[in-house]
Amino acid sequence: MSTTFVQAEFRVCIDDDRCQRCGRCVQQCGWGVYSFDERPLPDDAKCRACHRCVTFCPAHAITIEKSPLAFRDNASWQIGLRKSIWRQAETGAVMLTGMGNDKPYLSVFDHLVLDACQVTNPSIDPLREPMELRTYLGGKPDSVEVEANGRGGFRLKSGAGLRDNVELETPIIFSPMSYGSVSLNVHRSLARAAERCGILMNTGEGGLHADLFPYQDHVIVQVASGRFGVDPEYLNRGAAVEIKVGQGAKPGIGGHLPGEKIDEDVSTTRRIPRGSDAISPAPHHDIYSIEDLRQLIYAIKEATGYKPVGVKIAAVHNVAAIASGVVHAGADYVYLDGFRGGTGAAPQVVRDHVGIPLEIAIAVVDQRLRDEGIRNRASIIAAGSIRSSADMAKAIALGADVVAIGTAALIALGCHLCQGCHTGCCSWGLTTQKAELTRRLDPEWGAERLTNLVRAWSHELKEILGALGVNAIESLRGSRERLRGVGLDAQTCDILGVKPAGL
Amino acid sequence: MSDDFLLERMPTARRRPPALAGGAGPRPAYREEAPFKIHGGCGLMGICDESGALMPADIAVRAMAIQRDRGNGLGAGFAGYGIYPEFPDHFCFHLMFHDERAREEVEAILDRSFVVDQAEPIPTRPFGGATDVPLLWRYFLLPDQHALEALAMGPDDFVVHTVMQINSSVDGAFVASSGKNMGAFKGVAFPEEIAHFFRLEEYEAYTWLGHNRFPTNTPGWWGGAHPFTLLDWSIVHNGEISSYGINSRYLEQFGYRCSLGTDTEVVAYLFDLMMRRHGLPLELACEALASPLWSEIDRMPPEERELRRSLRAVYGPAMLNGPFAIVVGFRGGMVALNDRIKLRPLVAARQGSRLMVASEESAIREVLDAPDEVWAPRAGEPVVARVQAGSPLSLEHAASDRTDG
Amino acid sequence: MTVPASGGPVVGHLRTAPPVTRSGDIATVDCRSIYYTYVNEAVRRAFDEGAHTVRLDNVNGQRYIGTGLSGEGRRIEVHGTPGQALGMFLDGPAIEVFGNAQDGVGNTMNGGEVIVHGSAGDVLGYGMRCGRIFIEGDVGYRVGIHMKAYKDLRPVLVCGGKARDFFGEYMAGGLLVLLGMNSRLEGPVVGGHLATGMHGGEIYVRGEIEPWRCGKDVTVDPASAEETAALGAVLADYCVAFGMDLEEVLAVPFARVRPASSRPYSELYTSL
Repeated sequence: MSTTFVQAEFRVCIDDDRCQRCGRCVQQCGWGVYSFDERPLPDDAKCRACHRCVTFCPAHAITIEKSPLAFRDNASWQIGLRKSIWRQAETGAVMLTGMGNDKPYLSVFDHLVLDACQVTNPSIDPLREPMELRTYLGGKPDSVEVEANGRGGFRLKSGAGLRDNVELETPIIFSPMSYGSVSLNVHRSLARAAERCGILMNTGEGGLHADLFPYQDHVIVQVASGRFGVDPEYLNRGAAVEIKVGQGAKPGIGGHLPGEKIDEDVSTTRRIPRGSDAISPAPHHDIYSIEDLRQLIYAIKEATGYKPVGVKIAAVHNVAAIASGVVHAGADYVYLDGFRGGTGAAPQVVRDHVGIPLEIAIAVVDQRLRDEGIRNRASIIAAGSIRSSADMAKAIALGADVVAIGTAALIALGCHLCQGCHTGCCSWGLTTQKAELTRRLDPEWGAERLTNLVRAWSHELKEILGALGVNAIESLRGSRERLRGVGLDAQTCDILGVKPAGL
Repeated sequence: MSDDFLLERMPTARRRPPALAGGAGPRPAYREEAPFKIHGGCGLMGICDESGALMPADIAVRAMAIQRDRGNGLGAGFAGYGIYPEFPDHFCFHLMFHDERAREEVEAILDRSFVVDQAEPIPTRPFGGATDVPLLWRYFLLPDQHALEALAMGPDDFVVHTVMQINSSVDGAFVASSGKNMGAFKGVAFPEEIAHFFRLEEYEAYTWLGHNRFPTNTPGWWGGAHPFTLLDWSIVHNGEISSYGINSRYLEQFGYRCSLGTDTEVVAYLFDLMMRRHGLPLELACEALASPLWSEIDRMPPEERELRRSLRAVYGPAMLNGPFAIVVGFRGGMVALNDRIKLRPLVAARQGSRLMVASEESAIREVLDAPDEVWAPRAGEPVVARVQAGSPLSLEHAASDRTDG
Repeated sequence: MTVPASGGPVVGHLRTAPPVTRSGDIATVDCRSIYYTYVNEAVRRAFDEGAHTVRLDNVNGQRYIGTGLSGEGRRIEVHGTPGQALGMFLDGPAIEVFGNAQDGVGNTMNGGEVIVHGSAGDVLGYGMRCGRIFIEGDVGYRVGIHMKAYKDLRPVLVCGGKARDFFGEYMAGGLLVLLGMNSRLEGPVVGGHLATGMHGGEIYVRGEIEPWRCGKDVTVDPASAEETAALGAVLADYCVAFGMDLEEVLAVPFARVRPASSRPYSELYTSL
């Protein structure tokens, strides 16, 4: 009955001369912006600037503008804060949103620059000479035990050598995104692309759909607090098992899957009732102290014949000590999710105000593990809005073995970061379960888009390595000497282990 | 002696700072340029007589003199093995001191935990016009048993510990070598001049290493020249280690302190770690440093493939990336190694029981009058010389010598 | 090697003019222990004074011999081991080496001829754009890298022994041949990453090449009869230079390495 105080953020503008009255925009918009009466009639309040209609209008007649509605400027009371209060006064509810932290915190990646070689230390030509990106995910032994092989050479002693590792062609994997938060076609696209690129995708906490079984050697299966879809068969199908303790978008709280997004298939895959909100508890109820984590890790190892078991944690203040505990508890990798990490649904206040930057987390975790002499026991996966191959190179130079991409993968598939995932109405067919929307993503097309992205970033990484004068990723990993800070304060440089430019 | 060698120096060659009167005020920093990375240079040689026969230094000096243009006179040096036959079991420390105070500080450290059987200045000739010539001393030492027991260390680890301590925390002192029956002689000059200065004609060795540097800073620091040594390991290096940032962080985990402002020191420490502490055979340690490409590893038969995969996964942070040719001397032999895509030159030759390597074939031709064979080693393939007696290279010997850090 | 009478440091090369003798059109220079600037100056002076052959004796390590020299009908004989960058920027004269050459032979060569009765090192003929280099024995890494042809300028590089990795890297034009016959090395005729980045020119290898050795930018097939005949014309001169039997050389079929595309990087880059 009452009129909302929240005015539309965007304005849909249709050039009437160009408009062909084809009605495509009506059909394409997932948010219900358009009605049609001789011509399309947009309801601005529903528009999220996802650009689906803009992209598919055959006459290029649509543009989306920011609403010109003027607010009195207030450096403290930004418009979004005022709108949230109006909405909360209407509903008494928690403000929910999707994707990652969009607030203007300093981006450490954007204040780090990479070295290049000149004269005294030559570059290597990445187009013609070999550049090696192969990476092994998992713990490495302290040394290599060998014996004479009777033919004048050597061989590994029995039981020695590298075990329980997953081979990656390039140091990029796809982040966990649960089936439920994203559509099955997204999962199919990720799985095919992971196989083609020789990398991994991750089920997220929504279980493993049967359609992905053929790709299981390229899938990490996740065990989260809700234990959705977790049974012995599930654990054994994955190339590795990941215990999700937290995620960067919402550290300390559990997963949110609104009931709208739980259809028959999601219900089957997760083994939960249809239509009822799936809100995972924050803690695993069997992990209340670090020794409990060790217990869970080894239980999974025993159940799977010692596949690699990793632990995903959000980057929080004490991340170095936590990661150290995780490695001592027997994890084969630590997945660090920084505060920019994306999500299908999270309370906005948590998404935007909890957690620390990924770059800092990588630096302190890598250094702490080295200080304790245990860096080789686990790989570090870094995630939380890795936006380009430059971010990837910097993350690796800080100490990460591998980066994981979620937001970037969805953008490759069409996402425009409209932050509407939690509604389940994604026009691009990504973060929805509505059949008329999910069929918009053809998994073969999706796999090709993702493969292209991974290949392009891998080529760029090779160019960067060549410029750095190295021809193998191992020689960049952890080599902070190749980074310099620009516009970072001295203490941050210290924490990162990076010198300021000029030194 | 050429008087105009100074003219070939860069005009900003630094003079030794004026002596402090009465010890007032802080001592000037010794290694001014150590925080600045000094780039590896440019000409090297190594020769080993596998029969163990001792060779005069002249062989090494002439080989380096022929390659004079590979350096710029701002750093050169030699290492000789078997030069102190009268002290076969003593650790011999070659020390450089900025001043007497540094010498006192170091001698106090040595007196505390070693039995010093002989201490003397290293014999030299006057060196007209040289800059920043340090005080040069040598000490023949045996570790004190009580000190070893108190620290629960073996003698080798104890020597490494002491060397790290002196190099990183005693201002104005530098340990140029710390092995048994071997020594490093180096400084800021051309190789021929260093040889003349240190009176190398008075020594004979079964292995000689030589080096000529082309640094791009103006180092006044004699310790910055090659070879870099630790215990019996000595390294001469041509090239640049682009992976230095991670190599040094990896070594720091094991207690090595990379404080000398040059990338070459990591090579000595990596050999010490992999061979002495982890017990890896020489050929595999070389493979860890210059690992075959994955494409080659994938083509190997299963047993060999698994070994290389494990080596590379474990020792990835030890892999040396960037262009390099290195020659490593050790007790009982020598190994030369190129980076895996051969970005630096290296030529090898055999004549009778002598194996020689150098950056240029002309250095070999100068010294070996009738080589049985001359060849260019492959990328990543070590060229090994082993002396018959007392070799530390067998798996059994390395394992028995192994002391856990 | 000379040691000054005053007992100073050993001297590798003396900075003093070498002894030169002249007999008709031939000048002979004794290069023993002479610094390269004086050797090269003596060569230039001898040519300026009308010699057409300069014979260099007792060469060991002197660099840049023949560098930048131009003029037809001139010849340098090198007896010994020449140093780095022999014949760099060579633009007409012929150089014949009786011994092994080191690295950088014929770098950015524009014309003329280099013949080596021995082996040669790495980075041979880098950026060569015309002229001929004939090596009797083995060669090293990155041989013939970025050779290029332009109009009727076509460089030719023939190696009689074996080669290591990156043979013919980034070739844009010219003729590169590897025989694998006069070799002192064990192992395969050619190394890995053969012709990586090739987008022009012709490479022939006597015998067979395992496909995995080639960079991904090339295809390998047996040389056709016509190609072999054309090759024979070049190899005839090669055989004369080293006293080899052309029929024996041509008795084994050649493999021809060909670029798969003239624009191998067209798909690699894009923009907004």
